[in-house]
Amino acid sequence: MKILVAVKRVIDYNVQIRVKEDGSGVVTDNVKMSTNPPDDNAIEEAVKIKESGKAAEIIAVTVGEEKAQETVRKALAVGADRGIHVKIDGTVEPLAVSKILKKIVEKENPDLVFMGKQAIDDDCNQTGQMLAAHLNWPQATFASKIAVNDKSLQVTREVDEGLETIEVNTPAIITCDLRLNEPRYASLPNIMKAKKKPIEQINASDLGVDTNPRIEHIKIEEPPKRKAGIKVESVEELVQKLKNEAKVI
Amino acid sequence: MSVLLIAEHNNKEVKPFTLNAITAASQINQDLHVILIGSKADDVAKSLSEVPLVKKVLHVDHEIYENYIAENYTAAILKHADKYSHIICSANTFGKNLMPRVAALLDISQVSDIIKVISPDTFLRPIYAGNAFATVKSNDEKKCVTIRPTSFEAAETTGGSAEIVKIDAADISENTKFINREEIKSDRPELGTARIVISGGRGLQSGENFKLITDVADKLNAAIGASRAAVDAGYITNEHQVGQTGKVVVPDLYIAVGISGAIQHLAGMKESKVIVAINKDGEAPIFSVADYGLEADLFEALPQFLEELNKLNTIQK
Repeated sequence: MKILVAVKRVIDYNVQIRVKEDGSGVVTDNVKMSTNPPDDNAIEEAVKIKESGKAAEIIAVTVGEEKAQETVRKALAVGADRGIHVKIDGTVEPLAVSKILKKIVEKENPDLVFMGKQAIDDDCNQTGQMLAAHLNWPQATFASKIAVNDKSLQVTREVDEGLETIEVNTPAIITCDLRLNEPRYASLPNIMKAKKKPIEQINASDLGVDTNPRIEHIKIEEPPKRKAGIKVESVEELVQKLKNEAKVI
Repeated sequence: MSVLLIAEHNNKEVKPFTLNAITAASQINQDLHVILIGSKADDVAKSLSEVPLVKKVLHVDHEIYENYIAENYTAAILKHADKYSHIICSANTFGKNLMPRVAALLDISQVSDIIKVISPDTFLRPIYAGNAFATVKSNDEKKCVTIRPTSFEAAETTGGSAEIVKIDAADISENTKFINREEIKSDRPELGTARIVISGGRGLQSGENFKLITDVADKLNAAIGASRAAVDAGYITNEHQVGQTGKVVVPDLYIAVGISGAIQHLAGMKESKVIVAINKDGEAPIFSVADYGLEADLFEALPQFLEELNKLNTIQK
């Protein structure tokens, strides 16, 4: 079995986001960037499946600017075998990413495609489902548990009501929840080894895909600030405030 | 052209977030049709037809729709999509799973999780876990939009009498099979719509200690939430998680107990009307969004809190 894992480079989840004063976006200069957190779970799951003997090869793919390659390199350091970097500058909407990934899937013919359930920058939660649609493959989103069979997977999904289990035949797209597994750290020897693993570079413009944005960002602004609250000294005071001042109990 | 809203339901009742999405959809265009895809769901069709904001109910009833499978829903929706300017549903796990599949096949760049309708093509949506708000304009001819349900009031459910039109089922996917769903039944209010939410974090230290939270929740008729740390640690099940990748809640009162207040948790609760934080670390970021902060050991504060609540003559329900 061959597994393709899509990863995205985003502002690190610990960074306090700052909005640019001109309303054109958020500050990314000199800001720490990392792999989108649930994409780390996607890589981890693929590596675990390979370690169990059920997969032969893992390919990590990213779509983005020059530096996006770092996320592929990181995936190689934790166990992916080779990488693909589809180069494209500027905003790439999930619809365009899904069309690019479709081309990569057609080229590589994987049995499974894994990725995070959502990117923590645009919070769109679209790419996996869109890729599944383009390929007419089944989708199992928000996966928190995966059991691999011969020609199918049983996937437990985190849904509003609790947990749902579905079975999807391969080939399939799986989007991963943070609770799917505990991503490993790359060891220094593996980081060194990863530097020798191949990353194929492809220009998005060579794939014959329409990547023009369809959504205009008119303005990016800071959300309204909450007015500063107070500290109360005791539980009695808290209950009195909630009853008489806030009037919520 | 009219707008089409996809209803979420369990073949018996409409799920509450569909009513919030109806309100948002009617702000885009008042000629609002609802598509109901289900099995033996006539009661649901009837209750949707009684929502005054709904002008028409498209009802496809077939046993293949007994369980919600995105692939099968998508096929049913696509049969009718060309007659509508917008396709809309709620941005909960139902809509998040479904809408991108529909949008991709219509070659539409979806607008996810909007919190305000500015005009039929322009919307406000949070990005970066709500640390920035983006005003976005969709230039696609047809639009696929998901709605953050807690940002819109629920629509009235009585007084309407929309026409119910039966429509045909579409093809089903042979490649996806529903196995089961573990729903945790509870008499408590639902987390997404509760007036009061009390949430516990890593500070609770164990699943057993969540009883301290449960006792207060019982008293206040509150829903129970949790931070990701508490869910990851196994103190409580996943459907309680509040945050960027969990549920977004906007109750009148949100009580955060033993929760430090990571950016990702704040994303799920900071629009609450009144926020209380109880934490023994006075520097915890949760205090920066709290209206009332109590720096205290939760194991002492929660029993006292319950005692003080018991002293009150009345508690609003």
